[in-house]
Amino acid sequence: MTRTRSRVAAASVIALAAAIGLSACGGSKAGDDTTSTSSESCVDTSGDTVKLGLINSLTGAMAISETTVSSVLHMAADEINADGGIMGKQIELVQEDGATDWPTFAEKTEKLITKDCVAAIFGGWTSSSRKAMKPVAEKYNSLLFYPVQYEGLEASKNIYYTGATTNQQILPAMEFLKSKGVKTLFLAGSDYVFPRTANAIIKLYAEELGIEIVGEEYVPLDKDDWTTQVSKIVDAKPDFIFNTINGSSNVGFIKAYTDAGLTAETTPIISVSIAEEEAPNMGADVTGQYAAWNYFQSVQSPANEKFIADWVAYDGPSDVTSDPMEAAYDSMYLYKAMVEKAGSFDVDKINAVSDGVSFDAPEGTVVIDGENHHISKPGLIGQINADNQFDIVWESDGPIEPDPFLEGYSWFPEATRDALVAAAG
Amino acid sequence: MSTTPVERATTFARSWGSLVGIGVLALLLIVVAPAVLDEFRLNNLGKYCCWAIVAVGIGLSWGRGGMLVLGQGVFFAIGAYAMAMHLTLETAGPDGIPVFMILYDPLAPLPGFWVPFRSPIFTLAAVVLVPILVASVLGFAIFKRRVKGAYFAILSQALAVALAYFIGGTIKLTGGDTGLSDFKSFFGYDLADPVNRRMIYTITAVVLVLCMLVVWQLYRSRFGELLVATRDAEERVRFLGYDPANIKLVAFVVSAVMASIGGALFVPIVGIISPKEIGAAASILLIAGVALGGRASLFGPALGAILLGYGRSTLSERFENGWIYILALMFIVVTLLLPDGLASIPRRLSGVVTSRRRTA
Repeated sequence: MTRTRSRVAAASVIALAAAIGLSACGGSKAGDDTTSTSSESCVDTSGDTVKLGLINSLTGAMAISETTVSSVLHMAADEINADGGIMGKQIELVQEDGATDWPTFAEKTEKLITKDCVAAIFGGWTSSSRKAMKPVAEKYNSLLFYPVQYEGLEASKNIYYTGATTNQQILPAMEFLKSKGVKTLFLAGSDYVFPRTANAIIKLYAEELGIEIVGEEYVPLDKDDWTTQVSKIVDAKPDFIFNTINGSSNVGFIKAYTDAGLTAETTPIISVSIAEEEAPNMGADVTGQYAAWNYFQSVQSPANEKFIADWVAYDGPSDVTSDPMEAAYDSMYLYKAMVEKAGSFDVDKINAVSDGVSFDAPEGTVVIDGENHHISKPGLIGQINADNQFDIVWESDGPIEPDPFLEGYSWFPEATRDALVAAAG
Repeated sequence: MSTTPVERATTFARSWGSLVGIGVLALLLIVVAPAVLDEFRLNNLGKYCCWAIVAVGIGLSWGRGGMLVLGQGVFFAIGAYAMAMHLTLETAGPDGIPVFMILYDPLAPLPGFWVPFRSPIFTLAAVVLVPILVASVLGFAIFKRRVKGAYFAILSQALAVALAYFIGGTIKLTGGDTGLSDFKSFFGYDLADPVNRRMIYTITAVVLVLCMLVVWQLYRSRFGELLVATRDAEERVRFLGYDPANIKLVAFVVSAVMASIGGALFVPIVGIISPKEIGAAASILLIAGVALGGRASLFGPALGAILLGYGRSTLSERFENGWIYILALMFIVVTLLLPDGLASIPRRLSGVVTSRRRTA
């Protein structure tokens, strides 16, 4: 008796639940013209403030890098506020913690857009975090400013990329190696999308430049043991090592490299993720090694002098400045310039006028490309000196226009580019 | 088993009381929540519900079965990646390949193991059948060899870590560390449309309620009694002529399927899946929710998982720097004061009342 009744009860609960579930299915199918767009933007700038959101990992493995970006964004907002704000409105920052967790980046993006009604969001570091935020920013037609050099091959009308794309960092590094007469190159990288993509591009360009790739090794991001891979470098005897390792794994790499008896004189390294903050923490002397960036603390410009002085005076986590920090600093000023040119905080109006908007950044004047939402940047190669600062030993012939899909480079396979552009929509 | 009428009545009432509880929970999740929560909060609740689905399974395996499943990330990954692969291919179009593969060779054929995931039917079947297969093989090997206790926990955790490493290390095949993301549609329904997102939420809430009904039925069945008996005195169950390995296997397989379904629903709700969501830390966080709620109770695991998810979201909104410490402190306090989790509060309160009555 009990059994039968319980089955009936269970069945009716299931039926009820299923009915409710089905009745909820009334949305549009993909490709329908009638797709109801997401709720109207709730951004309110009628008062004398404008809310901007920050998402940086303040906890977890990426906190060490992203906390600095958060601080410099606060500094930029303070400066802009002291100078009268954006279109006379004071910036009110809402900080969220990405927690080095990609679903959290997606959640916080949605929270900032729908609950805090921010006009734009600044932040993210890893490509995974950007990929988690991108669909959310697109869904709500909001704006995201991403401040870190990355693998390129992406463009979104809802993202402004103020770090370098590959043709502003990887390709200049290759040109520098060519100018040094490098014949053989070894690729060492962390095993994730940026090094994999960078190396795929490096291999194509190396063939064009007549540089031979004599080895390619990857180690997971959170793994520090590079001993086996470095012994392969010793055997391959390359003229140069192209290092796309990210984060603390670099410490393990430099240790294995030093232990194997390799030096900057015999087998120099060119890195794309070691900057002023990382260089002193490598656990071994890295003097004489190279790095490719678009900004160094040693850049000589009045804007950089001011930037460094402000940063030293600011109550931040350190007194050194670095490329991702500078790109984040630029992003807030570029946003201000775009809003003031558009005369509105409306995303579509900003996008309509963004082309050509410029800022006298510490790295030099940067200009937004309205088509691909990246910015022009000078390509710089620095050599680490005894003070763990970089002496600039090579620079590109003026700022390099951003080309995320490498359209101006005939050696990049057309089929790949077409497929990527098509996929990007 | 002879029971007095009074005992029978209490069991009856408790069992049906639980069903009423599930009904109330269903009402709250399926009717009330969509009515009062906005899109963002509802989507978050959907995410917590995915964790709760996994947690209900953990409650069965760990709470009732005594198997500390520290590696449910493995099964979560099976469901999540099956779904993510399907959604990636759906987004890529009928002849397209995933964007991350284009770079290496735009004209390369889709890797063999991706091909069947073009089919929605195959994907849904895989979400249920693959964890059954994997958990059966694993469970058979483990339980027949009488691996239990800490050894079982370490083994299951090691599997989750190994799988996370494997996916991270096969970037050209799986998207690697960066994971799979940027899905545009869900079985033909546009994911940017709020109506469709509500639909996915509702499906998730319904699935959670169904999982609780399954576990409710299991707990009150003879199997449920055997499972608890196996947990508390495995040798005695063996002497009675039952094979404890089979009993544990069933619980393990059911919890694996739940973890897989939770993973599959997580993907359209959150929009990204990466090895970080399945490794050691993620698997332990799933366990933490269950411990918080009360692992052996019917409602504890699900409510604990939802509460932990809610705590993560709201605390980190208020205290973006220190939230993780506050959460950890709360967890420590609860486990110290209430070893049986938050679900034991009503029992403790009634215990206080009865003991007061006795003394009075």
